[in-house]
Amino acid sequence: MENLNKTTRRQFIKVAGLSGSGLFLASFVPLQNIFANPGEDPKIFAPSVYLKIDSNGIVTIIFHRSELGQGVKTALPMLVAEELEVDWDKIVIEQSDADAKYGNQTTGGSTSIRVNWEPLRVAGATARVMLITAAASKWNISPENCYAENGFVINKLNNQKFSYGALVEDASKLPVPKNVKLKDPKDFKLIGKRIHRVDTPDKIYGKAKFGIDIVIPGVYYAAVSRCSTFGGSVKSFDATKAKSLPGVIDVVRISNGVAVIADSTWHAFNGRDALEVIWDLGPNANVNTEDIRNELIRQSKTEGFEFEGRGNVNKDIEKGEKAIEATYEVPFITHAPLEPMNCIAKVENGNAELWVGSQTPQDARSSVARVLGMNEANVTVHITLMGGGFGRRLVNDFAVEAAEISKVSGKPIKLTWTREEDMKFSFYRPPSMHVLKGSVTENGTPLKFSHHVIAPSIIQMRFYRELPPKDYDIKEGTVDLQYNIPNMSIRGTTIETHVPISWLRSVYHTQNPFAVESFIDEMAYAANKDPYEFRRDMLPDDSRLKNVLNVAAEKSGWGKALPKSKGMGIAISECYESYSAQVAEVTVENNKIKVDRFVVVIDCGIVVNPDLVESQMQGAIAFGLSAALKGEITIKNGGVEQSNFDDYQILTYNEMPVVDVHYIQNNYKVGGVGEVGIAACAPALCNAIFAATGKRVRRLPVRLSAT
Amino acid sequence: MPKYTLTINQKKFNVQTDAGTPLLWVLRDNLGLTGTKYGCGEGICGCCTIHVDGKAERSCTLNVEDIGESPITTIEGLAENPDHPIFKKWIDLEVSQCGYCQPGQIMTLAAMLEQNASRKEIDDAMDSVLCRCGTYHRIKKAVDELAEEKL
Repeated sequence: MENLNKTTRRQFIKVAGLSGSGLFLASFVPLQNIFANPGEDPKIFAPSVYLKIDSNGIVTIIFHRSELGQGVKTALPMLVAEELEVDWDKIVIEQSDADAKYGNQTTGGSTSIRVNWEPLRVAGATARVMLITAAASKWNISPENCYAENGFVINKLNNQKFSYGALVEDASKLPVPKNVKLKDPKDFKLIGKRIHRVDTPDKIYGKAKFGIDIVIPGVYYAAVSRCSTFGGSVKSFDATKAKSLPGVIDVVRISNGVAVIADSTWHAFNGRDALEVIWDLGPNANVNTEDIRNELIRQSKTEGFEFEGRGNVNKDIEKGEKAIEATYEVPFITHAPLEPMNCIAKVENGNAELWVGSQTPQDARSSVARVLGMNEANVTVHITLMGGGFGRRLVNDFAVEAAEISKVSGKPIKLTWTREEDMKFSFYRPPSMHVLKGSVTENGTPLKFSHHVIAPSIIQMRFYRELPPKDYDIKEGTVDLQYNIPNMSIRGTTIETHVPISWLRSVYHTQNPFAVESFIDEMAYAANKDPYEFRRDMLPDDSRLKNVLNVAAEKSGWGKALPKSKGMGIAISECYESYSAQVAEVTVENNKIKVDRFVVVIDCGIVVNPDLVESQMQGAIAFGLSAALKGEITIKNGGVEQSNFDDYQILTYNEMPVVDVHYIQNNYKVGGVGEVGIAACAPALCNAIFAATGKRVRRLPVRLSAT
Repeated sequence: MPKYTLTINQKKFNVQTDAGTPLLWVLRDNLGLTGTKYGCGEGICGCCTIHVDGKAERSCTLNVEDIGESPITTIEGLAENPDHPIFKKWIDLEVSQCGYCQPGQIMTLAAMLEQNASRKEIDDAMDSVLCRCGTYHRIKKAVDELAEEKL
C-alpha cells in the first residue's frame, strides 16, 4: 500500500504540476479504496481543500468540522454537492484532520452551516465550472453549450457526455476561476431536501467508531486521578497498591494528577482507584455553592455596567402605573454527553499523533504542541466521531492529558474517562442571577424594563481578566431585544468563580431568555393582557420574531380552553441568526409536572435539510427540559457533588413531550440551528406552569412545593 | 488469570481476564465488539445493553464469571440481519443523532418485541435508556409504528 501511495502521489504531482498554479497539492490525501488496480492509478483533481475527484470518477467531499449528532457530516457535503452536480448516493465523505488550511474548524456557536454556507458552495461551483470548461474544450464548443448533472458534463447540442472522471486530467490544467456564479435558491436540488444522514446505518449497526471505540496497535490504556477540589494539586502519592493489581503497568505523574497505565480500560480504572494520593486541596477547599450564590446576591445589589439603555427607567411612577420586580436564578449545569471524554495519543520521536473527539481540533493541536513543547507541524490530530458534545468538547483538557501520559510513559495511550470524572471534571455552564424590574401603564402598555444580569463571564475567567464590561459575554440574550418598551436599561456584573466554566449548548441563551421571557410574562399578567398578545403588540410588524410568535400561537391553538391543571406558556428568542417561538403545554397535579407538548417554530433562513432542523429542535427541547426540570451541579468543599446519572438526572423517554416543529420557509441567510431551540424552552415551560398553577418559577431547576 | 468461554452472536470466544471484570469491558477491550457502549458504568444509562438468554441486560454490571454458557447477543449480532424491522424503522425515521446510545436503545427494544411485551412494558424498558441528544421523540414514534406493525 505504501508503494502504491507513492506511485499515486507521483502521478498526482505530475497532473498537478501541469496546471502551473500549484494549488492542488495542499489537499492531497491518498484514498484507500481506489487502489484496487495498481496499473490504473487514478489522477486526482482537487481545486479546493474541500473536495477531490479522481480519474475513476470517485467524488470525495472533505468534511472538516466535527460530527456530534447535529448532522453536519451530512449537511456540509450537501452544500458542496449541490453546486458540484454530483450523484449524492455515490459521493465519498471523508473526515479531515485538524489543519489550518480548512479555515476555522471549531464546531461551536452554531457556525457550521453559517460559516461554510458560501465557501463550500463556491468550492463545488468552482470545480463544476472547471469540469465544464474542460469538456467544452474537448468538444471545441462554448461552455454555454454544456451543463453538468449527476457527475457528467453534457453537451446540449448533441447530448454527448463526459463523466467527471474523464475530465479530471484536463480540468487540472485549467486556472481556477474566480467569482463563479452560485445557483439561485429556486434551482436547488439537494438543499431543502430531507436527505438521510450519511452515518446512520453504521451507528445503529454498532459499526461506527466513536473516539472511545478506536484502538491503535500496541496501545495501552490509561486513567487519571485528579483532585476533587478545583485548584488542588498532588502533594504526594503511593502507587504500590495500584501497581500490585492485575494488568497495571505503570504509574506516572502529569499536570492534572496521577495516571495509571494498564493493559485494559478496566484495569486502568481499578489501578486508578487503588492509588493513594495525598492532595494539597489549594485555596478553594472550603468553597460551597452557597458562597458562590452569596456573591451573586451581593453583586445583585449593585448597579452593574449598562450595556444598553433608552428613556429613563428611574422616572417617577406615574398615575396608574403598575410596577413589578423579581429575581431569577439558575445553577451550574453540565453537558454530560453520553460518550465520556477520551483520547488516543502516540507521542514518539518528537511527533505526536492524536485521535480525539474534539469540537476544537485545531486548538487540540496547538494545545498539545504547547504543552509538549513541540511545533504544531509535528502534531497530527485525527478527528473522531463524537457521542455528543454540547460544548464540552470545545475544551481539550483530556487530549492534553493523553498526550502528556504518552510522552511521560513513552507508550501509545488510550485515555478513557469514567462518567464520574465527566461529572466532576467538566467545564460548567455558569450560574447566574437576574434582577428584573418593569412596569406597565394604567392601560396595560409596557413602560419600563430593566434587567441586571450577574454571572461569571466565560471569556473573562478563561482568557481575559481585563475584559472591558461592554464586551461581557454575559449580555448574550439580554440585549437587542426587539420589544418596543420606551424605557429600558440592560446591565451586567461579572463575578469570579474557581469552578471551571465554559460554553454549553446556547451558552448564555440557556439562562438570559429564561429570566427575560419569564419576566415579560409577569409583565403581561400585571398588565392584565394575554401573554401572546402582550408580546405581539411590542414587536415591530416586519419582525421575523413576530412572525414566529404568530405562527406558534396559531399552530398551538393558543387561547383554547384547557382543563384545570393544564396550562400553556409562550416564549420567543433570537439566537445565532435564527428566531424561535415556543409554546409549552403542561399538566400539573399535586405539584408534579407533566410536559405534554411543545410547539416549536423556527426561522433559520434557508433550510438546508428540514429533517436535521426538526431533529435539532426536538433534541433541544429534551436538552432544555433536562436543564430546566433537573439540571443542577452543586459545589461542596470546592468540588462537584454529583457523580453519575443517578444524581445528575436527564430527561427520560417517558418524560419526553410531543414536539411539533414548524419551520418558516424563506430565503433569508442561513441561521444557526443547533442551539436556538434551547433558548425559549425553559421560559415557555415555566410560563406554562404559571398558567396551570399560578406559581411563578424564578429559580431553576423547577421545584414546585405545596406552598 | 482465569479463562472463560463465552457464546457471543452464536460464536464461541475464549477470553482470559480476571474475575470481576464487567462483561462490557470484555466485549470492548478483549473482543473488539465496540458497538456495546460505555456510558455510566452503573447500569443507569443503558448504553451497554446486550441480550443474555434473550433478555436485555446491562453489560456494565454483569461480571464475566457469572455468564456461564448463557448465549449473548450484541448489537453486532443483531445487525447480522440489517433488515431487522427495528433497523429499517430507525433509518426510515432517522432516529439517531450522535448515535452513541442507539445500540442500547435498539437492543432494549429488540428484546421487548421478541418477548411480545405489552406497550406499558416496552415504555418502561425504554424509559430506562438515556439519550442526551433527545431522540426520544423519534424513538417513541418508532416504537408506536413497530408495535402497531406487530399487531
